[in-house]
Formats: sequence, structure tokens, C-alpha cells
Amino acid sequence: MTKATFVRKEMLPPQEAPASQRGAIKWARENLFSSPLNAILTILGLLTVVLLVKGALPWLLNGVWEAGSLMECREIIAARHGEGATGACWAMVRERWHQYLFGFYPQPLFWRPTLAFALMFVALAPVLYLGNRTVNTIMAGVVTVLTVLALIGISVAFPQAIAGADAGVAALLAVVIVLGALTAVAWLAPRKLMILTLLYPAIGFYLLWGGSIWGPIGALAGFAILALVYSLTKGQLGVVVGTGAGVVAAMVWWLAVQSHITGALHSLLPFSITHVDSDEFGGFLLAFVIGVTAIAASLPMGILLALGRRSDMPLIKALSVGFIEFIRGVPLITMLFTASLLLQYFLPPRTNFDLILRVIILVTFFSAAYIAEVVRGGLAALPRGQYEAADALGLDYWQAQRLIIMPQALKISIPGIVSSFIGLFKDTTLVALVGLHDPLQGVTKVVRAAIEWKGIYWEPYIFVGLIFFACCFSMSRYSMYLERKLKRDHR
Amino acid sequence: MNKSVFLGTLAASALLAGIASAGTLDDVKARGELICGVNTGLTGFGAPDANGNYQGFDVAVCKAVAAAVVGDASKVKYVPTTGETRFTALASGEVDMLARNSTWTFSRDNDLKLDFVAVNYYDGQGFMVHKDLGVSSAKELDGATICIQTGTTTELNLADFFKANNISYTPVTVADDSEAQRQYLAGACDSFTTDASGLAAVRATMPDAENHVILPEIISKEPLGPAVRHGDNNWGDVVRWSFYALVAAEEKGITQANIEEVAASTQDPEVKRLLGLEGDLGAMMGLDKEWAKRAIAASGNYGEIFAATIGESTSIGLARGLNALYTQGGLQYAPPFR
Repeated sequence: MTKATFVRKEMLPPQEAPASQRGAIKWARENLFSSPLNAILTILGLLTVVLLVKGALPWLLNGVWEAGSLMECREIIAARHGEGATGACWAMVRERWHQYLFGFYPQPLFWRPTLAFALMFVALAPVLYLGNRTVNTIMAGVVTVLTVLALIGISVAFPQAIAGADAGVAALLAVVIVLGALTAVAWLAPRKLMILTLLYPAIGFYLLWGGSIWGPIGALAGFAILALVYSLTKGQLGVVVGTGAGVVAAMVWWLAVQSHITGALHSLLPFSITHVDSDEFGGFLLAFVIGVTAIAASLPMGILLALGRRSDMPLIKALSVGFIEFIRGVPLITMLFTASLLLQYFLPPRTNFDLILRVIILVTFFSAAYIAEVVRGGLAALPRGQYEAADALGLDYWQAQRLIIMPQALKISIPGIVSSFIGLFKDTTLVALVGLHDPLQGVTKVVRAAIEWKGIYWEPYIFVGLIFFACCFSMSRYSMYLERKLKRDHR
Repeated sequence: MNKSVFLGTLAASALLAGIASAGTLDDVKARGELICGVNTGLTGFGAPDANGNYQGFDVAVCKAVAAAVVGDASKVKYVPTTGETRFTALASGEVDMLARNSTWTFSRDNDLKLDFVAVNYYDGQGFMVHKDLGVSSAKELDGATICIQTGTTTELNLADFFKANNISYTPVTVADDSEAQRQYLAGACDSFTTDASGLAAVRATMPDAENHVILPEIISKEPLGPAVRHGDNNWGDVVRWSFYALVAAEEKGITQANIEEVAASTQDPEVKRLLGLEGDLGAMMGLDKEWAKRAIAASGNYGEIFAATIGESTSIGLARGLNALYTQGGLQYAPPFR
């Protein structure tokens, strides 16, 4: 009988997994080289990346930021990196960035679009983050800091942008006070920030176009009249007729009465800031004006069209279907040419109907037709029981839509709606075809027409592309955030 | 009610507009501003500079007309037009005149109902080739690949030229000048063809300009000039003679700098008539006496404008060539001011 010479008393410490089964090697084996086909694809992919980087990296690294012309850029690159070296000429961006951002907006007034842009985020915050106090406050605070930095940057780059030093400091102080107050409001009374959201269209318009303050106030008064007539007549006439009466009253005000009253008020109390003509708009200012207005206007319009298309009333249904199908059947470029050329034939001669306004209207129609179909998809995805439940609760049509149908349908449609908006924002570059100075083609053409920058090719596209990417990527991230936040099921 | 108010407003504004549109000249005077259709951006001829001010050879015509009619060369609203929108913008009344290097052709004059009032630049289509191709004439380009902008008269001219000489080519179509330059430099085409003025500007900005030559053949006539709507002859005359005032000023040696001096001292009866010291030429068109003086003072005479925007002292470096005065072997010739 053999006697056990060794008996293990305690457990061995666990050993590390073999080298091939852990860490980076395991990850690479599982994800990159799991099969011969995958291995080949990985190698091909890596080769492509290496070739791209090898081609583009020296060009990017050799970039020149300080030069007066493309020729000078080339000389500097040749002097630094030897004959035949290539490099990017970022000096063009340095010289012309303001045209890419503001177009031909008067330089002393650059603070106005900047402030309008900043206020847009503060005004959007309550809508985007559904009254989340912390997020709203952080957003307003960050916007305040960035705006002040941007304004300081602008006044350094364009000393003439601020007429006198005192006025400049005063303007800066005013901006700080306004934005700071808004930040405080966001923290103390988050619901009050919605007032800014509602007023923002008028504020933004006034900041961008300027002119007499009574114009935007008059336009807002139209909405007040609409609300007043609606609330007065709703009791006797019902919701639909009340709304109709309100719209009619507001239309009468806007079309026939407003200009006389605002004119009289302006002669009594002439308060105005420098008027800026639409044709001085360009670059990203133009892209944002068209994009943001069309996005904001096309969502409600699209929802109404989607409801109209599912309506039982034959006339409304026919009109909605006709509108949606007609607009969707026509390319956007056709709409733009209609806006710029055809409308002018139908309008009385010498009517001065702003080209940018015409383009915004037709781009809004275009986008609304697509949004309508996206929303209709959301409506169709709701189970029939939801509609029946709403009816069983005794809700009327609009209550049912507001409380039960729309919240669910819109939640389903978020990805589709946001991708429509991203597409719309990028489509704003098409306005170059009707001679507006969009950032991608319009301003680039202007820059290339200067003899100093003639022949520059990639740099403007990269610069503009990066800005577009930043905007569209944040929109897409936001839509993912919203989807997560609104997720109520437990799939 | 809503609808009838709207229609009423529309009808009223149509009526008002009908009364107002007696003629473009009266419109411009009443507006106090000339609306000039220009290029969205063409080197030397018309483009906004870094501060957003429009500059260039074509733009100078707008300024001269505005100075003559409104009295201030800065009272111009520039409407950038693309190749597609330019003629419709003019026909629909969105602009008062076009000064946008457009070629005067038979069909544009008759079919599109435009009136080209003068020729401010005589251009023609040329070829640029790589020097090491060893070609010295466009007729040796048999079998070459050629970069050509689509949808332009240059495309048609190219086809005509090669057919007439019984040689073949492969077109590489591009969207605009910068793409053409890119393709040509990358070696995608042996030759690049466009208007000779455009070729000169492209060559001037190339990294290795000495390796490229512009061939001597000019294969087409491209008379570029300002255009107005057909049928408004009075306005056409105003634009035409505002331009000819610039040419006449060069013929008579009147410059931006010496115009006051000349006006004070001249004995030449034609100069006196031109500058409004004698006779009443302006009133015949519905303008005042000093219209031409202001037009010349706006940016100088024809030669001065040429030298300042596209001439040999600029980076573009175009020679006067066909655009010299008739006394110096060119084609620029102002009819008599009498």
C-alpha cells in the first residue's frame, strides 16, 4: 500500500487564461480574424485605412495657417518641406471664415446673428429637454460663456465690428446680463423659459433682419388676436369654427391692418436697429435660417397633413393626399427653381417678395410632405385599441390626439422625423442653384473667384463638411437620447 | 371674407404695379437703386471681395449705369445669378439688367427676347495643354482627352471645331472651372478648354504655370456684354450709352483723375457734349446733363476699368487684344456722341 506523499491542502490560485484566450489577442481573434473571409476583409480594411492616412496625413500636417494667397501657401510649404511637398492651405479659412459663417452680413453687426444663434439654444432647451431644470440651466450657462467668448473673438478679429470701445463693452455687458438672466430663469422658474421659446421667432427675426421693432410686435399681435378671438368664440361656436374665426381675424390683421398701425406706432415711437437686407445673408447663417425655420414650421404642418390624410372628411383628405403626393413627386430643385423664377411670373410685376422667404416657404412645404408620411407611419403603427380606448373614455377628437394618439405616434416616428430634418438641413446647400450663397457652393465660389484663392479645392469642402457633420451628428445623438428617455416598454 | 380681402389686396397691388411699371428707367429712378444681375463668382469679372463688396470688370458696368441714372455708383443691388437662372431673372423682372459675361448669340437675342446692348469684352474659346505634350496647335489634338464644362456654348463650339477639322477627341465633362483645373492638373485630361480669359486666370494661379501653354487658336467668337429685356428700348439705350460713354472717355483720354480738369479746360466739342457742357444729350434719354460724367467718374474709363480688374498689371494679366480701342487694332469703338 503506497502512502500518499503529497496531499494538497489548499486550492491553487486561479491562473491567467492562455495568451490566446485573453485580452487584445482574444478580442482580435474573435472580432477580426474569426474566419478566413473575416481575416481577408480585416487586412483589406486595414490596408485601405493605411493608404488613406498615408495619402492624406502629410497633406493635413503640412497645412499652412498664415498666408495671403494660395501661391504664398505653396511657397511656404515648398520652403518648409522641400519641393514637391503638398499641404493644405488653411490660411483661406483664416481669411474668409466670416463669409462662411455670416455671408455678407455687415461686419459691425456680427453680434446680432451670434446672439440670435445663442438665444436659439436657450429657447430650444425647454422643448428639447422637456423642462429638465438642471439640463436647461447648464445649457443656458454654457451658451452664455460661449457667446461671450465668441463676441470677444469677433471684436478682436474685426476691430471695426465694435464702433467705439465703450459701446462695445456696453453691448457685451448687455449680452451677458440678458443671457445671465435667462440662466437664472432656467434655474429658478424653468417653466417661464417657455415664454422665450414662444417669442423666439419674433426675437430671432428682429435680431437678424433688424428694422423697426414694431414689425415683429405687430406680427406677434396677430397671434394674440387669434388667441383672443378663439377664446371668445369657442364657447358659442365650438373649437373648429372658433379656430377658423381666429385665423380669419389674424389674417385680416396681418394683411390689411397691421402695416398701418405699426407704421403709425413707428412714427410715434421710432425705435429701430439697422435693417439688414436678405441678400446680405449667406454661408451658415443662411443654412441655419432656412433649415431651422423650415424644421420648426414643417413639424406642425406635417402632423396636420398626416391627420388630414387619415381624416374621414373627404375634402380634407383629398387636399392632404393631393398636397403630399404632389410635393413628394417633385424634386426639391424643381421647387427651388419655382421659388426663384416661376413665382415671379405669377406675382404682380415689381412685387418685392423676398427670395429667401420664397425659398423657406417651398422648403417648408417640401419637408412637411415628408414629415406627414413619417408621422402617418407612426399613426398606423398604433394598435386600433388605442383609438377605441380614447373614444371609450369620451375624449373628443383633439383631446384624443393630444393625450393618447400623438404622444405614442410621435415617439415611434422620432428616428424618421430626425432623419428628415437632417436631410432637410443638408439640402439647404441646394439653394446655390438659385444664386443664393450657401456655405458649400455659393461662398466657396465667391472665395475661389478671388485671384488669391483661385484653384483651392479640398480645403473649403473639408471646412464646411466638418461643420455640417457636427450639426447633423448632434441632431442624430439627440434623437437617440430622446428615444432612450421616452422608452416606456421593457423589451 | 379672408379670401376677398386677400384678392382685393392682390388686385390693388397689381393695379398699382401696372401703373408703376411704365418703364425700367422710371422704376430705377423711383427706386433710387439699380438691380443688377451679376455672376455668382467669376475671377476678375464679378465677385464679392473679402468684405462683401462686389468688384470686377462686369460689375463696373453696373456701377456706371447706376451713377448715370441714380447719381450714385454705390446704389446698386447685386443679384447673383447662375448660368441657369440669369435669363429668367432678367425676363421676369427680378433684375433690371444683366452684366454677367453672357455671350451675345442669335437665339438669345431673338428666341429668349433679350437685348444685348453692347459688347464689353470680346472673348473666344481657347485650349490649354501640358507643355510636355509637345502640341503647338489645336489641330494636333487628334485623339486627345479634353476637360469641358457641360451645358455651355463652349461644349458645342468644341464639337463643331473637331468635326470641322475631321479629328476626334474624348470629352471629360466637369461641373465648373475649379473641378476642371483639378482634373487637368491631376492628368485626367490632356487639354482644358474654356474662354481664353478664364484660361489665363486658371494658368495664373497654377503651381507650375510654366509647364502649361495656351494654344494660339481661338475657336469661337464670344462677345460678352450687358443685356436688358427686349422691348424696353429707352432703358436699353441708357445702358448702351452709359457703356459707350466709358469707351468714348478712353478715346478722348478722360480719366477718373482728370475728369474735372478736362471738363474745365476742354475745347473739344464732342467732349463738351459728352460731359454735358454743351447740348442736351442726357435729356434725350430722360437723364440729366451730367449723366456721362458721373458714369466715367464711377470707376474710370473703359481702359482704366480693364487695367484695374483684369489687365496686365493684375494677377490675371489679360492683354487688351481685341478689346483695345479701334485706334490700337482692337474692336472697342464708341459711336459718336452727337
